[in-house]
Amino acid sequence: MSAQGLRLRSRSRGDSVRGVAFQALLLFSLAIGFVTLGVLLVDVLQRGLPYLDGALLTNPPSTDPRIAGARPAILATIYMMGILLVTVLPLGVGTAIYLEEYANKERWYNRFLDLNIQNLAAVPSIVYGILGLAFLVRGLGLGRVLLAGALILTLLVLPIVIVASREAIRAVPDSIRQGGYALGATQWQVIWRQVLPNAIPGIATGSILALARAIGETAPLILVGALTYVSFNPTLMGPFTALPIQIYQYIARPQEEFKLIAAAAIIVLLVILLTMNAFAIWLRNRYQKRW
Amino acid sequence: MLEMDRTAAPPRMAEVHVETAAGQSDYEPSKREVVFDVEELEVLYAGVPALTGVTLQIHKSAVTAFIGPSGCGKSTFIRCFNRMNDLIPSARVEGRILYHDEDLYGPEVDPVEVRKLIGMVFQKPNPFPKSIYDNVAFGPRVLGWSSGLDERVEQALHQAALWDEVKDRLKESALSLSGGQQQRLCIARALAVEPEVILMDEPASALDPISTTRIEDLMHELKRDYTIVIVTHNMQQAARVADMTAFFSVDVEPDGRRTGVLVEYDLTSKIFTTPADQRTEDYVTGRFG
Repeated sequence: MSAQGLRLRSRSRGDSVRGVAFQALLLFSLAIGFVTLGVLLVDVLQRGLPYLDGALLTNPPSTDPRIAGARPAILATIYMMGILLVTVLPLGVGTAIYLEEYANKERWYNRFLDLNIQNLAAVPSIVYGILGLAFLVRGLGLGRVLLAGALILTLLVLPIVIVASREAIRAVPDSIRQGGYALGATQWQVIWRQVLPNAIPGIATGSILALARAIGETAPLILVGALTYVSFNPTLMGPFTALPIQIYQYIARPQEEFKLIAAAAIIVLLVILLTMNAFAIWLRNRYQKRW
Repeated sequence: MLEMDRTAAPPRMAEVHVETAAGQSDYEPSKREVVFDVEELEVLYAGVPALTGVTLQIHKSAVTAFIGPSGCGKSTFIRCFNRMNDLIPSARVEGRILYHDEDLYGPEVDPVEVRKLIGMVFQKPNPFPKSIYDNVAFGPRVLGWSSGLDERVEQALHQAALWDEVKDRLKESALSLSGGQQQRLCIARALAVEPEVILMDEPASALDPISTTRIEDLMHELKRDYTIVIVTHNMQQAARVADMTAFFSVDVEPDGRRTGVLVEYDLTSKIFTTPADQRTEDYVTGRFG
């Protein structure tokens, strides 16, 4: 064997064994998450599918499992998402534009803002619930109404939308801004005609994921007074419940059938969530930019 | 002493065929109309001078080149003319630039208005991720020139020698063009707002030789109607296209601080054949320190 041939051989068997072991470890980590999700889905589908019918979507809750549904909760969740969309988007995108395009990052107060937005994103949701109870329900005197629930969810996901929007805005290369300025565009024109159109897919993706998180939130809604038994359609300024709370309420009942209805309601919640996530992924792939 | 990346290493004197640009034997600086009168210009980043003590005049309907090693401040300098340095919060410009006798940095001057009259083409082609048409139309649109937009776009593309290549695909994405075409599109985009001056910051450094030649030919064409200022680290390019050439260098302080300075400014033919300063000669002949 020539020296040249020897050099091309693998140096030691130890290296390749370690490589394989490491890969196995990675696969194991992946499997834990994946299998858990799979088991959960199969379990829920098995129990819930037979109960997933029109009655679940159109009937109000009832003590009789044969006619019990979750219409008020589903409607309230949809209403809250609608309100959330119109409150959180302008606030979040506006903040992100200010921080990325206007704020002088060398100023201490802007760095302070920056840091605190990241902190806000990490505040437990129950704390937002307490804030909502003290400030919205009692302080402003809104009462235990759907609007209060929607507003507290707004505050909850606002930091997430801000962070996602900032990343989308930052991903627009500086050369595009400079190209705009060099043609005599004002800062407003550069932001409005170049930066935002190019950042919108990223902003949309991040916002949808934030909404998907809000949809599953339970704790802050309980604190601002979401009820567990609402048999009428929700209104903006009326008492309300939400889908996760309704699910919890059904599971807590002693009769076995209600647990199955809860499983069916979980399927509804999952379908809404997965649809939103799929839409976000589609948006991201559809408008992904290569500079 | 001077830092140069190998790719930008200057050719030896013998290789610099000083094809004097557009026969500047009859180029008489004193008879030229002055567009920019720069006096004792200094640019500081966070209080540290990057370029200092620059005094020169830039003439109308001519090509003026800035050459020099990396870090000599030539790009910093060219960005003073359309106040692009304003976009960097820590940058400060001292001294004076008169544009047709008006102080470019005067308190009343709006940088946005400055940039309408003084266009810029960047080192890396930066077309907007829009159609070819919308790229050229962007400038006129932000200025509110909505009438005759089609003609304006066509004329700008003609001027940038790009019309024949793109006339059938104006609605296609500008990102589908080749690098050289993209750069000519950026030139067309700058021309569409009818500037008086076009600043080019190493416009061909990211392009292949054929595209580079086309850009250089374009400069010869354009200088009849426009005043062109170009930064380049390719000395042959400066020799080919420029009427006047300014050579910048780096002064290294004992404490290691590096400051760009203007060494020599003269007719291109003089800079490349009979430079007055030893540093210029060392640079254009490829010798350092």
